[in-house]
Amino acid sequence: MSHVNQQKQKHPLHRFNGGLHLPENKALSLTLPLQKAAIPKQLTVPLQQHIGEMAEPLVKVGDQVLKGQMLAKPQGYISAPVHAPSSGTVVAIDLLPIPHPSGLPAPCVVIETDGKDTWGELLEPMPDYMHIDLSLLRERIRNAGIVGLGGAAFPSSVKLTPGLDNPIHTLIINGAECEPYITCDDLLMQTEAERILSGITIIRRLVGAEKCLVGVEDNKPEAISALKQAVAEHQLSWISVITIPTLYPSGGEKQLIKVLTGKEVPSGSIPAKIGMICHNVTTAYAIAQAVIEGKPLISRYVTITGHGVVQPKNLDVLIGTPVAELIQQAGGYTDRVYKLIMGGPMMGFALATDEVPITKASNCLLAADKNESPDPEPALACIRCGQCAAACPANLLPQQMYWYARAKDLEKVQEYNLFDCIECGCCSHVCPSHIPLVQYFRFAKTESWAQEKEQRAAERARQRHEAQLARKARLEAERKARIGQKKEALKKPVTTKASSDGGEDPKKAAIAAALKRAAEKKAALAESGVTPKNQEDLTEGQKRAIKQVNERRAVHEKDTTTSEEQGE
Amino acid sequence: MQFTTITSPHSDRPNSVSRTMLLVILALIPGAAAMIWYFGWGILINMLLASFTAVVCEAIALRLRKRPIVPVIGDFSAVLTALLFAVAVPPLLPWWLTVIGIAFAILLVKQIYGGLGYNPFNPAMAAYVLLLVSYPVQMTSWLPPEMLNEHPLTLLQSAMVIFTGTLPGGLSWDALTMATPLDSMFTQLDQSKMVSEILMSPLWGDFGGRGWEWVGNWYLLGGLFLLYKRIISWHIPVSMLGSLLFFAMLFHFLDQEAYPFGMFHIFTGGTILGAFFIATDPVSACTTKKGQLVYGACIGLMVFVIRTWGGYPDAVAFAVLLLNMAAPTIDYYTQPRTFGHQGARRD
Repeated sequence: MSHVNQQKQKHPLHRFNGGLHLPENKALSLTLPLQKAAIPKQLTVPLQQHIGEMAEPLVKVGDQVLKGQMLAKPQGYISAPVHAPSSGTVVAIDLLPIPHPSGLPAPCVVIETDGKDTWGELLEPMPDYMHIDLSLLRERIRNAGIVGLGGAAFPSSVKLTPGLDNPIHTLIINGAECEPYITCDDLLMQTEAERILSGITIIRRLVGAEKCLVGVEDNKPEAISALKQAVAEHQLSWISVITIPTLYPSGGEKQLIKVLTGKEVPSGSIPAKIGMICHNVTTAYAIAQAVIEGKPLISRYVTITGHGVVQPKNLDVLIGTPVAELIQQAGGYTDRVYKLIMGGPMMGFALATDEVPITKASNCLLAADKNESPDPEPALACIRCGQCAAACPANLLPQQMYWYARAKDLEKVQEYNLFDCIECGCCSHVCPSHIPLVQYFRFAKTESWAQEKEQRAAERARQRHEAQLARKARLEAERKARIGQKKEALKKPVTTKASSDGGEDPKKAAIAAALKRAAEKKAALAESGVTPKNQEDLTEGQKRAIKQVNERRAVHEKDTTTSEEQGE
Repeated sequence: MQFTTITSPHSDRPNSVSRTMLLVILALIPGAAAMIWYFGWGILINMLLASFTAVVCEAIALRLRKRPIVPVIGDFSAVLTALLFAVAVPPLLPWWLTVIGIAFAILLVKQIYGGLGYNPFNPAMAAYVLLLVSYPVQMTSWLPPEMLNEHPLTLLQSAMVIFTGTLPGGLSWDALTMATPLDSMFTQLDQSKMVSEILMSPLWGDFGGRGWEWVGNWYLLGGLFLLYKRIISWHIPVSMLGSLLFFAMLFHFLDQEAYPFGMFHIFTGGTILGAFFIATDPVSACTTKKGQLVYGACIGLMVFVIRTWGGYPDAVAFAVLLLNMAAPTIDYYTQPRTFGHQGARRD
């Protein structure tokens, strides 16, 4: 083990620009043993808890469901299923409030739990995961509804299917947990280090990485030693658990990769481009649970913290549990509660109500008081002090971007690499003028997307319009050509008309040919003694009528040709 | 339960403009106190008068612009401008010049552009230059430092001189004032005297003028405090002092008797004050780190050039204003390389 440790110490670390040393406030909620949250009366499971297509419900109101049963199946490639977190009855499938910055309701399956928590049929456990076919493993991870649990909630099976263009050599496991207050990853690493390593082993097999770097901030010594011990026990020499300095936002994917490897993910690209892939420790754990135990993703660790709750703690929570119930289980609100934030104080979003469920991506509930999260003071003019640029982990110039975002000069703000902003909040945090910089940048991004969409729509409309013009022009040209042909035809002497008619008009030629064919057929039939069926046994009157019709037709044909020609 | 929703970050913001300005004012205290010690009560009277004028002018301008008055006055930027102006002008400057200077700084240099954050020029230095070119005699009538001063004035006498122009009995302006070390050095160099010869005068201490060098030291202390508090970054002061020292030493090396030694430039005139308190004014300076290095180095060079070959004794104000004009361009060409990009953005 000492050998392993020495190796870790030597790993060279790198720096990204800026970053902040924030008050950590992690001790508040860092208490063991970890408890399970009680099963609530109702579970509200949103159908979309991931990036991509919404899941399609498989159950209807009134259905009995068992724990772990799939409630909705993925639709399309980038999608994930959702499962019943406990047993009970489906009482509604409806638009309900979910934890989302927009505050808009979204489709959810509501289960009234029966309290028995009866497991349904589990997926087949795969303890022998080192020898299972890779596609089966991926299918399992997809069917278990695993998504990135670090916050982005991108379907993991998709991320674990690397393209052939970018072979993966390094697996990065993110245990940085750099946001203040949050401790759920810390506790998971402390209590489930072995399972996390199994998850890492599965991920490594799937992406074919040679080595794995686990980055953990140095404010989590117990988690680090738990991981290191597990690595040493299982002699996983390809895993290096690396202690990185506590500096917000080291847990940002691109920042962590920079700290651990010194490499920068190219702008607008993904880590796979430089042969790396990054997963959160919690995702690794969920993958191990899905593969080894056959358990779908129906619960997660959630930190309930802040000075707005009586007993800050971490709980093992069923997905779909209402936030209000969790707060109750943490002793309820204190008198000082002022804001309820889902996620950390830097990147989380404020909830308008606690009547929303926990989703797969919910890692923290921060009930903050007015000291922890005061209302921002009114923004003053930018004094161009550059503190924002000094703090920016993407090495942007927020002071310049702000200037152009304010002027709605979207082109200019994009020139200053707006889309490299990770919205970590460092600039807003340090700004002495209290300018909500991140908000300006979000606005500029949304406006840019809207503008781009508009431009695309306009481009489509333009193409359609041009196609229409072209078609009109073509039709007009064809008409002119036809008229021209007819004029040519008219110029020729009338006497030649009869002979030339059949030759010139393809339609008439076709008719003539068909008549000829029919006559030949008839003759052949007559030769063989067969007469047309419908002409047998005709009465005299009928024969006369046919003759008259034929005569009329001959006259009429002549008339139409003449009138057509006259019409020109 | 319902809660307020505001976008992230939700953290308690540690900085504020008024805190920044107050810290700069705090950092100015040692240097300003040293100036009062060496040059008398006039400095203090000027500081009070300038501050009062600045606040009044700011309030009038805000009133005219229909902007909230109290929060803007409360950012202390006008007071800071006034204090920087007051420590830069001679101690017995007539009151009406202080008032004109500050009114110009606040109304025309700052508020007319939109107030704090929008002024392209450093208001205190613009006012200083306006007065220097308009009233060169009054603006160069410095007092001798305390140890050389045979006629120290009391607070009341200083006030009388400033507000009424009445000199204490029996004294003339010539008896009361003395050229600054910087002025005397270059005036005498112009008269073809040698540096070693000029330095024989009792005006000189170890590095610069007696008294003056200590004022510089106290400003330096304040400047280091600002660096420690991260109100300013090291880039501008270091590059400005470094480039001034470099050129001064280079020329001193070429001709020791025609060009004073390097430390002379650092510890005379407004160099230290300029490097830590004036060139670092964030609003009018460069904001990129590389840009700040260029900006500071250019100010250092301009100070040396104007002092050595220019017509005015001190050059910090001119150099700062010239580089204020160049700051946006320097910023544009010194953008940092964004994370994940190959090189810095170039058009």
